[in-house]
Amino acid sequence: MMTTLLEWSIAFAFICIVLAMVLCAIRLLLGPAAHDRVLALDTLWMTAMLLALMMGIRFGDLIYFDAAMLIALLGFVSTIALTKFLMRGEIIE
Amino acid sequence: MNALATLPAWAALPVSLLLIVGGSIVVIGALGLLRLPTFYQRIHGPAITITLGAGCVLLASMLYFSVAQSRLVIHEIVISIFLLLTAPVVAMLIMRAAVYRDLRAQKHATGASAGEVYHYEEK
Repeated sequence: MMTTLLEWSIAFAFICIVLAMVLCAIRLLLGPAAHDRVLALDTLWMTAMLLALMMGIRFGDLIYFDAAMLIALLGFVSTIALTKFLMRGEIIE
Repeated sequence: MNALATLPAWAALPVSLLLIVGGSIVVIGALGLLRLPTFYQRIHGPAITITLGAGCVLLASMLYFSVAQSRLVIHEIVISIFLLLTAPVVAMLIMRAAVYRDLRAQKHATGASAGEVYHYEEK
């Protein structure tokens, strides 16, 4: 009974996170300004990290934690680089 | 599948609850990102996703692995601290870039005003 509940809630969370990624991708494609696209890309990184965590829970494997950590770090660095580009026009001055 | 079946009921219930709440909050934040009309309103959506949604999923992950491996597995707290540190920095940098670009492009309809920080001459 409880295992069924856990399976269904994991499936629900998977669907929610994938739906959130689709919504972010729509905003990324039609965002009117460049900073809208950067914001959507940052949210897409975060939802991808949540997807890795969810896969870790689903398959019961701690290796997905490292993937989530890596995605969080890379998302932070890439967003910083993109905002620097938006502000100054170049990244390494 | 085997790892899920071995979880006792008292742990499966809060994990399921946290996952359902976290998934709902994530999709609400993404809906806000898609539906809100201006950029300065849209930036509030991902803040919910990153703090509350990610927090719920990380808590569920901590609880699940701690019970499933019957030892304290709390290294997800590293991601939590990292997100709590970087989310305001990222939001502030994107917002500053947006205000700067709106003022430079003379888009007064977006409502961007930088007070005394930036000065642009009206053309």
